Amino acid sequence: MTAEIPDRDLLLRIEDLKVHFGGKSWIPGRVSKTVHAVDGVSLEVERGKTFGIVGESGSGKTTTALAAVRLVPITAGRVFLDDTEVSALTGEALRLARKRFQIVFQDPFSSLNPRVRAGQIVREPLDLMEVGAEAERDGLVQALFAQVGLRPEQQALFPHQFSGGQRQRIGLARAIATRPELVVCDEPVSALDVAIQAQILNLMRRLQEELGLTYLFISHDLGVVQYICDEIAVMYLGQIVEQADRVSLFVRPQHPYTKALLSAVPSARAGKRAANRANRIRLEGDPPSPIDLPKGCRFAGRCPLAEARCHETPPELRLIETGHKVACHLV
Amino acid sequence: MSDMPPQEPLLQVTDLCVEFETRDGTAKVLDEVSLELRAGETLGIVGESGCGKSMTALSIMRLIPSPPGEITAGQVRLSGTDLLSLDERRMRDIRGKDISMIFQEPMTSLNPVFTVGEQIAESLRLHEGISEKDAAKRAVGILKSVGIPEPEARAESYPHQLSGGMRQRVMVAIALACGPKVIIADEPTTALDVTVQAQIFDLLRDLNQHLRTAIILITHDMGAIAEMTDRVTVMYAGRVVEEGPVEAILEAPRHPYTQGLIACVPQLDPNPGRERPPLEEIPGVVPAMTRLGSGCAFAPRCKHAFARCHDERPERLPVGSGHSAACWLLVEDGAS
Repeated sequence: MTAEIPDRDLLLRIEDLKVHFGGKSWIPGRVSKTVHAVDGVSLEVERGKTFGIVGESGSGKTTTALAAVRLVPITAGRVFLDDTEVSALTGEALRLARKRFQIVFQDPFSSLNPRVRAGQIVREPLDLMEVGAEAERDGLVQALFAQVGLRPEQQALFPHQFSGGQRQRIGLARAIATRPELVVCDEPVSALDVAIQAQILNLMRRLQEELGLTYLFISHDLGVVQYICDEIAVMYLGQIVEQADRVSLFVRPQHPYTKALLSAVPSARAGKRAANRANRIRLEGDPPSPIDLPKGCRFAGRCPLAEARCHETPPELRLIETGHKVACHLV
Repeated sequence: MSDMPPQEPLLQVTDLCVEFETRDGTAKVLDEVSLELRAGETLGIVGESGCGKSMTALSIMRLIPSPPGEITAGQVRLSGTDLLSLDERRMRDIRGKDISMIFQEPMTSLNPVFTVGEQIAESLRLHEGISEKDAAKRAVGILKSVGIPEPEARAESYPHQLSGGMRQRVMVAIALACGPKVIIADEPTTALDVTVQAQIFDLLRDLNQHLRTAIILITHDMGAIAEMTDRVTVMYAGRVVEEGPVEAILEAPRHPYTQGLIACVPQLDPNPGRERPPLEEIPGVVPAMTRLGSGCAFAPRCKHAFARCHDERPERLPVGSGHSAACWLLVEDGAS
């Protein structure tokens, strides 16, 4: 392995991760097609920081996150949390390691058991992971409720008695119950109303400061990503096409896809309406299917700048300046 | 306002009230909603879920499920005709021909067992009485006009064979098949990716500019409002709380709810290196429609609320050219 810049305290390292689905069919003797959901993703997340993954649906951002916390089978590649190779753990060792990495899901409705009271939902990880003495756990649950801005008496309620925002607070309380180091947030605010999103984003930032959490933050909303993330990877069809810190990515985007994505975001900033529209990079069509992948650059088919070589050879993800990587022949 | 040319609005909704019977009592889901749409104009309706945006659209189309819902008062006039007084047969002639609607989820609003060509042709045959053959031909042309590649082949496709963006284009194609005067687009891009959203917005803008189709765009996204609309109606708890030209609403919003809606969304900052203060929050949630008191419905969430807000409901007052807002702060400011 190459030597890293020594002062970076890396919590999560993903090396050449591949997650492919299918390949075997339930019909004997038939091989179904393979979906290349994640196809060679490497990334490093510094402790205490927020690493964002953006992309459109089907780009593999959620699958990358799920693989990082071992919720989908990993086809190839390795995942390290500190010095632990999470991707090599099995059985009880894996179960116990889950204490250190938790996840907040997108849909606050389907991710909470409707028949379990809120207090018990938050308490469950404490019981399963044997956090604290049994007698202390009621107090811990109470403290967690206070931490996410819920009232103690709400422990007795069922999920349907809460609003979407409150349910996401329960999801957050459950995720931080075991004092994890890494919290994966899979589109945590995209199912919420605009006014409620701000409440949850503010809460997430406060919790990060208080608990020193590291977030792997999945989103398709570039405004949210810019607000909450320190470093960002842009994914397209299972691969990272550009990765940089917040400032470089938003000020000097290099990949045509990143540029198109940024210019497609409607802005409420007044006075920019006409100018914004004129400079827009329009993308034609939809992303190709992750089953029959093009042989060259995966974005070439929609890229306004694509040349012959783009359709022939896939570009490597190259470092173009400190901390800024791009996979494009033209950069 | 006197500086507006005296032009009869294409669609005029006046003091529309809609009530729903629920187990918890009567919910007044729309309360004296008024809005105007002129030919060639794009009007945005914005607000959180449960504020009555979609209810307004469904009431205009007379698609409120009844019972439990009922339009209890008000008028909806399309080029002078009061839609609420029409019988169901006449209304069917108007739906899809004069006013049509684009829904949020194209997968559930398209019929899965008919090809998309048939679904466009259906509207043409119903409203224009043309033969099946001619309708099919026209359908292909319409698919082409909404930017679908290989329209002949695509007309033979079923909805599940198309991508989300294509399906939404088909929805737009059905909506504009009979050349309606008004298209109501209810969150047309919420289920789509941003790059595809931009394509659909371009398409709608094109219709608006070239065919002069008036559009009502229902959304919760202030960015979409800025991109697409000429005027904006902000709704809260079934009432219009602010209404005005898009520039005024975005640059100088007067109602605290509108101000909150704009401030609470993280916008792309051209200078991402600077400090990121906590986002402005609108505390709490939209109140239940069955439990609206006598005061301003937004008062419990409003940081500026004072005694009068909790007791009396403010009326909408002019605050600028074609710009009005319903808030006691505006009255108190004026008085002091």
